[in-house]
Amino acid sequence: MKLLQSPAVRVGLSISIATGLYGISFGALGVTSGLDFWQTMALSLLLFSGGSQFAFIGVVAGGGSGVAAMGAATLLGMRNGIYGMQLNALLQPRGWRKFAAAHVTIDESTATSTGQTDPDEQKRGFWTAGIGIFVLWNVFTAVGALAGSALGDPKQWGLDGAAVAAFLGLLWPRLKGREPVAIAVVCALATVLAVPFVPGGVPILIAAVVAAAIGWFSHGRSDEGLEPDVDPYAGHHHPHSHPHPGVPRSGDDAK
Amino acid sequence: MNLWMWLLLACLLGYAWKLLGYLVPASLLRNPRMSRIAGTMTIGLLASLTIVNAVASGQALAFDARMGALAAAGIALWLRAPFLVVVLAGAGAAAGLRLLGWS
Repeated sequence: MKLLQSPAVRVGLSISIATGLYGISFGALGVTSGLDFWQTMALSLLLFSGGSQFAFIGVVAGGGSGVAAMGAATLLGMRNGIYGMQLNALLQPRGWRKFAAAHVTIDESTATSTGQTDPDEQKRGFWTAGIGIFVLWNVFTAVGALAGSALGDPKQWGLDGAAVAAFLGLLWPRLKGREPVAIAVVCALATVLAVPFVPGGVPILIAAVVAAAIGWFSHGRSDEGLEPDVDPYAGHHHPHSHPHPGVPRSGDDAK
Repeated sequence: MNLWMWLLLACLLGYAWKLLGYLVPASLLRNPRMSRIAGTMTIGLLASLTIVNAVASGQALAFDARMGALAAAGIALWLRAPFLVVVLAGAGAAAGLRLLGWS
């Protein structure tokens, strides 16, 4: 089997395992946030985008309404549209493959693909990471959801603390440079100030508006915040590991 | 049932974003400002979700064991721990502080 000799396939497989595994935490937090087993599974099967899924259950867990949860999840999904555009130019999928490719277009599959330079490798990397993560993410969501339902009082196990840690873990890799840190601090402050005055879930949407305004009026890197939670090329000395060649960078102040 | 409706709508809209990138000609979408907003909004939403889950308790602000979880997660990330370890550190800190009596 020659496939395993492809560097993109190997990177795709390792990123699938790393990302798929933390589906456990999503599954456990999903059922303790107030969703049932099948609602948690529906998010992993149909929404399939870690940030948006955690956002949905994060809003529900905080007592927010269904519409606020949907709003936060949808706004977080916007970046997948940008990835779709890059991948469409790169992979040029035809027919039904376009619709399948769209479903597995997430941070990690995009980063695995765009980290390669050879067009065949880009394709292999995208599909290996996309399908691999989809399968493992759903398997481990189910494992986590079943385990979470058996736990009893979620607070006793610190699962509310696990949710806080999960969001910080999703945010962390995007805080490269001074500007994203400033955006994060401003949005966190806006959230805290809004909490006492508006219903649950709404402070998150206010922060989204603040962040969008910053993006509209300022002139930083155009790919800021568009990084995978798990970097497929971390530790690999790859000559062309820039994750997003499709987007021009200005004033790159990474790391 | 109501929650199911919003949940499925979120799934539909999430897929719509993804598909949009594949179906709309790149010349229409290749706008640095839109890329930038997608990025800054991702940062802002995740920062907001982090802090809401750490300090909000309904419409009140509370400083409880979840602050310990936030600190523990920060330290784990600083030490370059993998995602799952970071989540476990958060859970362990919150559970541990509760055992010690800090709710």
